[in-house]
Amino acid sequence: MRTAALSNPKIWIFGICLLPLARLIVLGLTGGLGANPIEFITHSTGTWTLVGLMVTLSVTPLRRLTGRAELIRYRRMLGLFTFSYACLHFITYIWLDQFFDPAAIAKDIVKRPFITVGFSAFVLLIPLAATSTHGMMRRLGRRWQQLHRLVYVVAMLGVIHYAWLVKKDLTEPLIYGAVLVLLLAMRLPWGVMLLQSVRSRFAPARS
Amino acid sequence: MLIRQPDDIRPSEITPPEIYRERRRFMQGMGALAAGTMLGTVPEALAGVKLAGVRTSAYKLDEENTPFKDVTTYNNFYEFGTGKADPAENAGSLRTRPWAVTVEGEVGNPRTYDIDTLLRLAPLEERVYRMRCVEGWSMVIPWVGFPLHEIIRRAAPTGNAKYVEFVTLNDPSQMPGQRSRVLDWPYVEGLRMDEAMNPLTLLAVGLYGEVLPNQNGAPVRLVVPWKYGFKSAKSIVRIRFVEKQPLTAWMRATPSEYGFYSNVNPQVDHPRWSQAKERRIGEFFKRDTLMFNGYGQQVAQMYRGMDLKKYF
Repeated sequence: MRTAALSNPKIWIFGICLLPLARLIVLGLTGGLGANPIEFITHSTGTWTLVGLMVTLSVTPLRRLTGRAELIRYRRMLGLFTFSYACLHFITYIWLDQFFDPAAIAKDIVKRPFITVGFSAFVLLIPLAATSTHGMMRRLGRRWQQLHRLVYVVAMLGVIHYAWLVKKDLTEPLIYGAVLVLLLAMRLPWGVMLLQSVRSRFAPARS
Repeated sequence: MLIRQPDDIRPSEITPPEIYRERRRFMQGMGALAAGTMLGTVPEALAGVKLAGVRTSAYKLDEENTPFKDVTTYNNFYEFGTGKADPAENAGSLRTRPWAVTVEGEVGNPRTYDIDTLLRLAPLEERVYRMRCVEGWSMVIPWVGFPLHEIIRRAAPTGNAKYVEFVTLNDPSQMPGQRSRVLDWPYVEGLRMDEAMNPLTLLAVGLYGEVLPNQNGAPVRLVVPWKYGFKSAKSIVRIRFVEKQPLTAWMRATPSEYGFYSNVNPQVDHPRWSQAKERRIGEFFKRDTLMFNGYGQQVAQMYRGMDLKKYF
């Protein structure tokens, strides 16, 4: 029974997804968050939201590349973890950074392009998280997939949010941007063909 | 059932921070001294070494000093990387001896100072200033130095000297961040002549009574407390008097976001974020940003009649 549970990759993925949060908690308890802890937490949760988006978006290309259809089973969990980190990021902003100052928050969202974009991305994630259950999938049918294509927009907004907030050094936002472009290209017809040709060349044994 | 365990460490056995920092500093000093002896030179001044003969000054604040650790580990000094912790990690490669500062341009008395001559140019005093970063955080730092006008006076500027330009060292072998082109190196900053002559404008060589740590702009830096932090050029090698307004590194990089004056002003927002409030490092709640960072009495008259939204 126990070994069966441990051999389920879901358990491992779940644990790995919790590591960034665990790290923040450990650093927080040991005074390791540096001189500006709120900034550290904001940046960290934001970074892991972006990483989560990229990992979630890589499931489909990976599936096509490896031919392992079962990878789809982990996508929901990855997506929901991404949403959790986005929630932590958002809560850090409104609670720790702005301390529930509605006027300041409203002004920020309207006036600051990078906040506007980040906030939009967060809002767009909510319907995706809310419709992630089997019941909702069944109820929405074809429209479920259409709705969930919103994640492409969310990822693009997320990268723009990052790029617009840095003072000068665009290196990291550009890396996320490049990864996203690659992941989206792998969904275009020629990208799909490329993945399939790579797969047939390197894994001809699977039939 | 309650099982009482004796505490491992009795409070009386805990080493107070002053003692262990002293001990650490001593060990660092010994290490550097040993290295210096091997190279045939004995460094005269090292980060962490107490500066002698520092006078107290009238420049004090009722606000609490930002802890030494935060002042020396949370820095913007792109010459050593763009992360806040990068300068403290990478600035060890900066050699602050020998070091020369050239004073040139529109002056009757151009001169190159050796850093140890510069240190003795005027009496060193401690000044506690607020430091407000353009990114929205602030610190309170006890600097050690002397007013910039001490150098200006000796240089005897000509009538053409309208501005002063400050240039930071440009040497990628010592400043690894310069291998990346985030900014157009060298770092250039500038002040109008009256700003440079203002008694508040400080040439700092230390903080917390000690020789300036490399990551804070050793061996000599500018401190202009009523302007955003980036105006206070670090690791200065050249002070040049010029007629035209210098093109600073940040104006060159993003002219729409960083102007020449860059006075701390809660009413003029950065194009991408508000400047109305700031987070004082070590505090939870944001505090209101003060006009001219609270130094209006000493500096506001220099900007009378100027549209500070236009001259941001």
